[in-house]
Amino acid sequence: MPLTREEVEQVAMVARLELSEEEAENYTQELNSILQYVDKLHELDLKNVEPMVHVLTINNVFREDKVGEGLSRDAALDNAPRKEDGQFIVPKIV
Amino acid sequence: MEVTKMKAHEIHEMLKKGDIGVRELTEVFLDRIEKIDDKIKAYITVNREKALEQADRVDAGIRKEENTDVLAGIPMALKDNICTKDINTTCSSKMLHNYKPPYNATVVEKLEEKGAVMLGKLNLDEFAMGSSTENSWFFTTRNPWDLERVPGGSSGGSAAAVAAGEAVYSLGSDTGGSIRQPAAFCGVVGLKPTYGRVSRNGLVAFASSLDQIGPITKDVKDCALVFQAITGFDPKDTTSVNTPVPDYEKILDDNIKGLRIGIPKEYFREGISSEVKDRIREAIDVLERLGAICEETSLPHTEYALPAYYIISTAEAGSNLARFDGVRYGYRNMDAEDLISMYSTTRSEGFGPEVKRRIILGTYALSSGNYDTYYLKALKVRTLIKQDFDRAWEEFDVLVTPTTPTTAFKMGEKTKDPVSMYVSDLLTVPANMAGIPAITVPCGLIDGLPVGMQIMAKPFAEDVLLKTAYAYECHRGFEITAPELEVN
Repeated sequence: MPLTREEVEQVAMVARLELSEEEAENYTQELNSILQYVDKLHELDLKNVEPMVHVLTINNVFREDKVGEGLSRDAALDNAPRKEDGQFIVPKIV
Repeated sequence: MEVTKMKAHEIHEMLKKGDIGVRELTEVFLDRIEKIDDKIKAYITVNREKALEQADRVDAGIRKEENTDVLAGIPMALKDNICTKDINTTCSSKMLHNYKPPYNATVVEKLEEKGAVMLGKLNLDEFAMGSSTENSWFFTTRNPWDLERVPGGSSGGSAAAVAAGEAVYSLGSDTGGSIRQPAAFCGVVGLKPTYGRVSRNGLVAFASSLDQIGPITKDVKDCALVFQAITGFDPKDTTSVNTPVPDYEKILDDNIKGLRIGIPKEYFREGISSEVKDRIREAIDVLERLGAICEETSLPHTEYALPAYYIISTAEAGSNLARFDGVRYGYRNMDAEDLISMYSTTRSEGFGPEVKRRIILGTYALSSGNYDTYYLKALKVRTLIKQDFDRAWEEFDVLVTPTTPTTAFKMGEKTKDPVSMYVSDLLTVPANMAGIPAITVPCGLIDGLPVGMQIMAKPFAEDVLLKTAYAYECHRGFEITAPELEVN
């Protein structure tokens, strides 16, 4: 198996996911079977192939740097699980 | 005929003549939802009050002949990953179960301007990740053709609602087949537009380089009308393309004489049900009788599209879903005592198993050491897929294939093995990888379950797609309508 349970737990931690014992076990198996399927990609010789960055050949477009309408502070805070004095509240950081 | 079975363009004629009012029409649909949706389970949110208010407004406009648009007063519904101002937009996730967006998606603004009446929000696989709606946090939607079977996914609610007469049309989103596969399973028409054709502003992102919003309708004409209404340049979507939009309804006729149709042999290989292949060959016969020139062709890298897709889409999803941190909206674990544990408990409890699986795969594919092995390789394969198609367009106007390897499968049949579920997107994923438009149109039944024919064309050639699909639909010689449900 190319992917160990420790690796799965490490990747999950990077993605800010906590896994139970059972989840870590299942994901290790499932991700290995997915990777086995994905390993088909290694059959191809891709040395001289350019990676695709954008599917259409379009150019970057700039707009004038003008202030437009945005969300009001109240609207932006409306969905916050915790807020106070027009600000988002989070648990202590340090 | 009951209005719940009618197409938008037919109902428009009734509204115009005053045979029915918009409020009455809207009530008929709301009543039908109330009557049958506990069997189908297509709706997460029913928007009764606001729909009726909108109906009254549009009614007045139609009576004064101020609003003559063909979609004015037509009741429709939206996949629940399309933002609706002050109306729950859940993505079928615990993470967003209480989220009320402060703005409308651009497609919603466009349809509202036309006077569309929004009945509610439709079920999907969580964050559009899945092929059956079994990954919804709320419930699994049923296929109106057989309630033991899935409607497909991820836009399963959108397809089932249209097939069951719970909306005249709906919008879905398609990242790897999420409009076309459920449309095929439910016997309706579904269009994935060219990447950049329809604004993604207000579509909750899954994989930004692949996602497109598109219509699910009862026939090709409705598909053209809805596509017309939602398409066009939008400065709020950085990948929106500023290209002229033709009048799609005008180009709909059944003359496809001389149309060059390619039949890519890789789409007829093992793993594709032989009965599905039979239905597609019968459909190709119809197109040939109409004067199209059909010829076998090859897209040699087809088999690499799906593995590359699962790297690219999960890598993008891993990045996109980083925004769900419990700070600004959605679910939060309120007991966490510090910031990092708030992030991880919120995300672990807020996301379902398939979403976590994909975030982990995507994060793995992007991590140092794996970036070159997986992600960069997948991007290169994407180039090869696109080049296959580019070569095909030198010889052909459209490509015709099955939409799905099989008809709708049973609930629970594929939930144990992620790869077997992923393979149901085998034939739809290449169009997303290449950014090209693709449509599915019903082309027959197998054991009472619908089969879809997929038609693909080069970027921005939706007109050719719609015309081909329309010609076929006019001459296939049968109607495909889901059986009426028995309601107590």
